[in-house]
Amino acid sequence: MSSSAICDPQVEVDVRGPRFAAGITVVVLAVSLLTMGTAVAAVLLAIQTIVFGLGAFVGLKAQPYGIIFRKVVQPRIAPASEFEAIAPPRFAALVGFIFTAVALIGLATGVTAIAYVAVAFALAAAFLNSAFGFCLGCEMFLLGKRTFSR
Amino acid sequence: MGIVTMLGLVLVVSVLVVATAFGLWRKKADGQMKSIAKYAPIPVADDDPEVDVVTASAGEHGGERLTAQMLGSALGERATIVQFSTAFCQPCRATRRILEEVATMIEGTNHVEIDAEAHLDLVRQLDIRRTPTVLVLDSRGIITKKAVGLPRKADVIAALGEVV
Repeated sequence: MSSSAICDPQVEVDVRGPRFAAGITVVVLAVSLLTMGTAVAAVLLAIQTIVFGLGAFVGLKAQPYGIIFRKVVQPRIAPASEFEAIAPPRFAALVGFIFTAVALIGLATGVTAIAYVAVAFALAAAFLNSAFGFCLGCEMFLLGKRTFSR
Repeated sequence: MGIVTMLGLVLVVSVLVVATAFGLWRKKADGQMKSIAKYAPIPVADDDPEVDVVTASAGEHGGERLTAQMLGSALGERATIVQFSTAFCQPCRATRRILEEVATMIEGTNHVEIDAEAHLDLVRQLDIRRTPTVLVLDSRGIITKKAVGLPRKADVIAALGEVV
């Protein structure tokens, strides 16, 4: 995915939207980690992978937790005062998608250890995003670019 | 506990504890202006006509020297604030707002924003690891301060106050 494809500086969202979505993600990932090895964990991980995928590949407008925020939460709270570009949260969704997809592959192939590790990392990133507003994936982006491209 | 595993419980609690500790530390350290240890200020040359600042050889002034050519933009007459940004960077916009404001406020100061992705050689040379990274340059283009993360406006003004 090229950065230009997902970086349109004209499109902005209420900063509280991605933070709210990350909060739900924390709950979903925590429960799936707690119940790892059961069907509950597998279903939750599958749902979360689809949610991340929609956010990363279709757009934040299609991200289910974001839709809940706009339809249910936003009308009940103060109007948005801070906005942010959509590129960082979309990139974060892509990173999340990779981690939960790896976890699902781990479960499908019977290597549960991979699922534990991948979900633990995804949980840490989602928690930092919702509680502190940090986008861990975004911060790793330059380091990765520096290391892997000429 | 039914379907909750002990390993899962231990992992969830550890992840949340470690992430909280990291988050609090990061929040505190983020955006702090760090002095470049090797930096030597511009000598006061007025009483010694022999000292020619412009021709001072590399190394004497300590910190790394950036040129207009490297930055792709003119240096400020008195100081330059260089900001490294990427597209996937939440605090870059707020940083830009602060730096532009300060550059307008303090005369002879330029704000230069560099797309880190498009200048990977410079990024490696200066060891820029994440965005935003802010460098404060004196009138010679020598790096005097560095801040990683969203800097506070007062800290940027204070850092500039030392060089202009």
